Amino acid sequence: MLDSKQETEFEILAAEIRLETFRELAELGFGHIGGAMSIADVLAVLYGGVMKIDPENPAWEDRDYFALSKGHAGPAVYAALALRGFFLKEQLKTLNKSGTMLPSHCSRIHTPGIDLTTGSLGQGISTAAGAALASRILGGDNYAYCIIGDGECDEGQIWEAALFAAHQKLDHFILFVDANKLQLDGPVAEICCMGDIGEKFRSFNWHVQTVDGHSVAAIYRAIEAAKAAVGQPSVVVLETIKGKGCALAEEAAAKGQGIHHMLFPDQETNRREIARMEQVVSDLKAKRGSR
Amino acid sequence: MRSFEMEQKTTRDAFGAAVYDLAKEDPSIIALGADTTNNLGMGPMSQEIPKRVINVGIAEQNMMGIAAGLAASGYRVFAGSFAPFVAMRSLEQFRTFICYPHLNVKVAGGMGGLSASNEGVTHQCPEDFTIMRSIPGNVVVYPADTASCKVIVRELNKHDGPAYIRLGKLPFRKVFDENYHFELGKANLLEEGTDATIFCNGTTVSRSLQAFDVLREEGISVRVMEMPCIKPLDEEAVLNAAEETGAIVTVEEATILGALGGAVAEVLGENHPTIMKRVGLNDCFGESGELEELMDKYGISVESIVSAVKSVIARKR
Repeated sequence: MLDSKQETEFEILAAEIRLETFRELAELGFGHIGGAMSIADVLAVLYGGVMKIDPENPAWEDRDYFALSKGHAGPAVYAALALRGFFLKEQLKTLNKSGTMLPSHCSRIHTPGIDLTTGSLGQGISTAAGAALASRILGGDNYAYCIIGDGECDEGQIWEAALFAAHQKLDHFILFVDANKLQLDGPVAEICCMGDIGEKFRSFNWHVQTVDGHSVAAIYRAIEAAKAAVGQPSVVVLETIKGKGCALAEEAAAKGQGIHHMLFPDQETNRREIARMEQVVSDLKAKRGSR
Repeated sequence: MRSFEMEQKTTRDAFGAAVYDLAKEDPSIIALGADTTNNLGMGPMSQEIPKRVINVGIAEQNMMGIAAGLAASGYRVFAGSFAPFVAMRSLEQFRTFICYPHLNVKVAGGMGGLSASNEGVTHQCPEDFTIMRSIPGNVVVYPADTASCKVIVRELNKHDGPAYIRLGKLPFRKVFDENYHFELGKANLLEEGTDATIFCNGTTVSRSLQAFDVLREEGISVRVMEMPCIKPLDEEAVLNAAEETGAIVTVEEATILGALGGAVAEVLGENHPTIMKRVGLNDCFGESGELEELMDKYGISVESIVSAVKSVIARKR
């Protein structure tokens, strides 16, 4: 069970992930803000306590595996890794710059804490399933977690992997669908409507849950339920808002502007957004202190 | 002209048997197929250690991802399907998720080159060398027969990183025995000669040796080198051959665009411009037919090799 103290800790981490992600992208001047913000809460739950990880020893053999199949949201994972101490926060300023350890999309050979290279859509689900398969054959208790996007479900390989994971009864495989309902060209429903994603996975014999993707408590409970589902892989469809928690992105989205990839050229606006996000973090920390 | 007996087993059988032998000694060896486990000779291993032979179904792209995940978890993976499906359909998955992170995944392409024979163009893949050698860090090999295939698989396993190994469909002609020597990136000298050098691999080794015999009868002395590794290429062997024999012929059951012949031409062009000729598929598709007939028809016959050798020798004069 999740107590309110831990829930607040997750919320603080989510707010910090958003803040650091925004700082990374503002420093660079552009980036995938929308899809990074929408997964901040699930990342906070995973990196804030659910996943077995050791920042001092990223190759710890009992660790859990994580694949950000929607690899363009890498900056949010980098924020989580830095906040958990896999590397110094200073490194975040080097995002995407020549010589960086933090390339635009996640890379196993560049970044401590990244086990599975991702970026091209539809791929991380297979590599994570491979890690879950390895864990099962080895008789380990390692879980493999993976986040895909709802637009990413257009890729046929998603369903190859879905079929395989269910057939292999990979019950240490927990998949999240970041259902933020927008892809590069516009609304998922208008481009190639996925219909009910959860039902599709159910028909592939997956354990399926749909939760508020911005409620750390709901995400935490869903992971507990997923772990209790024996003999089948689990998918948690996260109902999310693209750009969530970044006022700039949310306002742009409200005006119908695409926020998959955004420019941040205006330093003053960036400073205001950072100040606002810092305030969110301090308010949450104050809530923790007042308990 | 010497003759070569046809083998009983295929290089696919040899591949599966070699992986099984490795798996008996090393628990980190695992095999994957895309509805091709039996086809790639993994049947016996599958019966004895079923947990370590995974059939992912007819889904080559997913197979590459599963292979990457297993390798990232410490397994040494041998995966395979038919050459056009691993060298083309799931190429991006192999390139980005296996080669870029330099994972221990060796991918077998069965029915490579023209060897899919009667299956026709859809299942043939004379482009596999060209495609696979363009990927950074990848190793590309083509065993000539079952004995060399077993040695090559065993040696490849010692190499950390990805590799592509081309296999045939039906039995090849027997060229080597269990004393076959393989060193990554090294050519094997099969016949010594002074007028020209033939570089060959796979099914063209027997034909090149036959061409050697025909040419010797005519008083022409040809060096014959097996080049099992298209990548890394034995550049030293190429440059020595250029220096010492002054004319080069490459012979391969592959497109002449960017494969063994292309690789040799790159080395010569930059370091030691030398008269050369590429024997192989001349920028065209194959067709349905028996492998040996197709090789004859598409310009990879003993006569074509003989003629190519004579032409380069004539040009250097």
